[in-house]
Amino acid sequence: MPVIHSATSFVKIGMGHSGFYSPGTKGRIRRDGLAVADTLLVARRMPQPDMTAQKTDQAEIDRLNDLTSRVARQRDRQAFVALFQHFAPRLKSFLLRAGMEAGAAEETIQDVMVTVWHRAESFDPAQAAVSTWIFAIARNRRIDRLRRDRRPTIDPNDPALVPDEADGSMETMLVEERAAELHRAIRELPPEQADLLRMAYFEDKAHSAIAAERQLPLGTVKSRLRLAVARLRKLMAGSLEGETA
Amino acid sequence: MTNTPHHHPDSDLLLAYAAGTLAEAPSLVVATHLALCPHCRAEVAGMEAIGGALLSADAGMAVSDGLLSDVLSRLDGPPPAEAPRRRLAPVGPAPVLPEPLRSYIGGDIDHIRWRRTIPGLHEANVKCSGGAVRMMRIRSGMGMPQHTHRGDEFTLVLAGGFSDDTGHYLRGDFAATDPSVDHRPVADDDGDCICIAFTDAPLRLTGRFLRWLNPLMRV
Ligand SMILES: [Zn+2]
Repeated sequence: MPVIHSATSFVKIGMGHSGFYSPGTKGRIRRDGLAVADTLLVARRMPQPDMTAQKTDQAEIDRLNDLTSRVARQRDRQAFVALFQHFAPRLKSFLLRAGMEAGAAEETIQDVMVTVWHRAESFDPAQAAVSTWIFAIARNRRIDRLRRDRRPTIDPNDPALVPDEADGSMETMLVEERAAELHRAIRELPPEQADLLRMAYFEDKAHSAIAAERQLPLGTVKSRLRLAVARLRKLMAGSLEGETA
Repeated sequence: MTNTPHHHPDSDLLLAYAAGTLAEAPSLVVATHLALCPHCRAEVAGMEAIGGALLSADAGMAVSDGLLSDVLSRLDGPPPAEAPRRRLAPVGPAPVLPEPLRSYIGGDIDHIRWRRTIPGLHEANVKCSGGAVRMMRIRSGMGMPQHTHRGDEFTLVLAGGFSDDTGHYLRGDFAATDPSVDHRPVADDDGDCICIAFTDAPLRLTGRFLRWLNPLMRV
């Protein structure tokens, strides 16, 4: 596959949002040093009907990244307030849909946002978008609060862990670019897939319970979710080939 | 080249794990597979990114006026309490059991308290909510009695291997069987096969919470 070096800065300038991130933001540098595949560049140059929406997505993702790095490095309270204003209403919606009382939801939002403040330094923009990081914190708090379960997780430093393969096709695209693609792809999902996907993430329900509520066979729910995830994963991989969904 | 597994959990199982809706017991088997499977770890990371994008795309709901100042007043205090971590037993350089399973056992494979259930089979229960999880040690070359399941069963191989009608399973491989499957696994003859297995407790029609109260029934 042909590789264009320095494609990143070209794309950024071409997209006209070089002003949205601080020069010091390390997350711009991809982990493996590879450039974006040329297919992506071509796709970017072609006129697209939702170009404006995608630019807005990208700008928003850059802004949230920047705010988080200001919280991490400068303990910037104004940046933190801006993060709160973005995420608190979304977290409330997320937690209420999971069946929490309003009071419990707001206590959980407090815990999530205070955790964001304390752990901002551990946030790595090369690994995930800010919204993904905060989603994971909120999901874990929700499990703790609603089910009092623990959530078994791997230990990245475990000597028994089988390490990642060196060539990750997932890594050839910048996290923020993937995130912007993802926003667009979610808007373009067929409504019946988008509906089930939201339920699967937001409502703390087993897929069988979703099937009962939507009066669909369990197999239909599973296959729609599988299709939705496969479609989104394919776009995130940033490649038109080689993805085994 | 490391050996990575060939048999993986279904994507809807990974999705339930990523979304946080999978109960602790099946999550333990899925997460232990993740420790051994970079492919599924990447899948789960992608699914978490979908969660983040859905969160971002949500219109949101108004929060109380005082919430921001409540949060700001807590910033100089301690971070929110975390669920207590289990005590980790020290391990050698190449443990057989990966995390998170090792913490549930309280150590590596030598910490498992096996009891013999039928000739050629030793088992040990793993304390976990949301279903029955047990370790199994099948003697080399042994066939298990033919059996069906009342609910879903997930099995993850940790040492040795076994075969059934659906394939050959080695370390890291994940096998899912549902009630329609009538299978007879046979352990490989080059060593004992050690697995972790989750079984959806039977009496599935009695509802989500009654199930937990059910005495653990053997398959
Ligand atoms: Zn896998």
